[in-house]
Amino acid sequence: MSQAAARGPGFWRKALRHGLVIAGGSIVLLLGLAALLGNVIAPYDPNAMDFTARFSPPTLAHIFGTDEFGRDLFSRILDGASVRVKVAFIAVGISAVAGVTLGLVAGYSGGWVDEVVMRVMDVFFALPAVLLAIVVMAILGRGIENAMIAIAIVYAPIFARVTRGAVIAVRDREFVNAARALGQGRLRIMFAHVLPNALGPIIVQTSLSLAFAILAEAALSFFGLGTQPPDPSWGRMLSEGRAYLSQAPWMGIFPGLAIMVSVLGFNLLGDGLRDVLDPRYRGRS
Amino acid sequence: MLLVLFGVSLVTFAIVPLLPGSPARVTLGVQATPESVAALEERMGLDRPLAVQYVDWIGGIVTRGDFGTSLISGAPIGREVLRRLPATFSLALVALAFGLLIALPAGFVSALRPGSGRDLSVSVLSQLGVSVPDFWMGILLILLFSETLGWLPSSGYEPLSSGFWPWFSHILLPAATVGIISGSIMTRFVRSALMEVLGQDYVRTAHAKGVPRTKVLRKHVTRNAAISIVTIVGLQMATLLSAVVVVEIIFAWPGLGQLALTATLQRDYPALQAAVLLSAVIFTVVNLATDLSYTFLDPRVTYS
Repeated sequence: MSQAAARGPGFWRKALRHGLVIAGGSIVLLLGLAALLGNVIAPYDPNAMDFTARFSPPTLAHIFGTDEFGRDLFSRILDGASVRVKVAFIAVGISAVAGVTLGLVAGYSGGWVDEVVMRVMDVFFALPAVLLAIVVMAILGRGIENAMIAIAIVYAPIFARVTRGAVIAVRDREFVNAARALGQGRLRIMFAHVLPNALGPIIVQTSLSLAFAILAEAALSFFGLGTQPPDPSWGRMLSEGRAYLSQAPWMGIFPGLAIMVSVLGFNLLGDGLRDVLDPRYRGRS
Repeated sequence: MLLVLFGVSLVTFAIVPLLPGSPARVTLGVQATPESVAALEERMGLDRPLAVQYVDWIGGIVTRGDFGTSLISGAPIGREVLRRLPATFSLALVALAFGLLIALPAGFVSALRPGSGRDLSVSVLSQLGVSVPDFWMGILLILLFSETLGWLPSSGYEPLSSGFWPWFSHILLPAATVGIISGSIMTRFVRSALMEVLGQDYVRTAHAKGVPRTKVLRKHVTRNAAISIVTIVGLQMATLLSAVVVVEIIFAWPGLGQLALTATLQRDYPALQAAVLLSAVIFTVVNLATDLSYTFLDPRVTYS
């Protein structure tokens, strides 16, 4: 059984041999290292201005070049990693807790509860993700905490849908019926028996959502709705770099590269985990 | 579907009551006295019960196409939105065409030879395409085609009525930005849809009885994969519209997405409501059209 495999020792052995998991996992690990040690390994103070080195192209001294204030782009990108990772994990955490609970309740209960919850989710699905995030930011106001909430609201319905599907697949299995026959309470059955066996797709969705969250935070910051200075947000660095594209193209290249590689890592990891956890998907995506 | 539209209209309407500070205060500015704000709220009808305001708002939209007036310019928003619709539509359509132009051949190439070098390069490229931030892709294309080569304009919109080339040269970069990304996503689905059909017994039978390969592909495979592909295209509209919002902002494209962002930044809430509501309606209608197209593609599907 694929979902049960998520906990067995076989899972780790299979996962660690899977190319996509290794590739994605390595990138995620590097991102994690950059987030933890970014300030230590950064060659310069990320906010130190050096007017003698404005718009320096990539050189040995500044491998990603410098910006209009002579700040070292490589150090700024490293320094920005920790906030990007933090935002993504908190946003996806909120999103997963809310979405998984809704999906679990809807899928396990069925009937009108299911109808109501899923129709409400449909409403959120009908709004383009970026637009929904912009609307939430308009209501809550700018800033990094609000960006996390906006991202959480945008992606919670996906968690609800994924969880509901997985829950429906296991809710009538023998062990659930047995628990019911033993007279266990609804909550206990849902959280102790159904949820652990529906975890596979949720784990996959978590990884893919982390990728979305990094993209979404970058987009919101790019529009000036997300993090505020002096946080070296990758999205905002790009939007600042836009003004100097012809003069300093590296300002428009490296922050974007950082976003893309991080997103790629979580995407690859998510796809790989899907292969490992759900053999039906193997080789299909 | 009507239920979803009703829900969307409720959410959209709820933007204004949920906001910090009333629209009257936005109009009058921070220095306005509480009395003048209250007076304007009364004139704008904001002191009435929410249910009455909702019915009034949605009634105006449905019966007269009246989205209210902009808090910034005072102009009717309905006209502003109408002016912007063609820009958003043309961008979405050309981007979709661009995406299909990538996804169909790439999906075919990799599905026909799974595991081959070509298959591998297609999946690596599509993984990259899925992970690229849309606004960065826009910047890179501007950097290459506008800044460096000087072939194409980096921003702005020309309607088709002012000639094909002015229109096309302006739409090409934004449409390519969206198209490359949604094309990458679609490639993966086209590939798996084709693989699924290629594994069917009737395809093997057709091969076995000596039907030429191109004919098998045309008559059996493509036709049967079309349903899943149309579904993907329909579902892609959500991602596509989302990317269009972003790309409009980068390329100064006067569409609904740009309207939504400027409205948010200027706190012009009626305009934001109009942009959000219309995008959701477009998306829902596209979904319905996707469902209905199945009856053409698959005679077994009927809607009673």
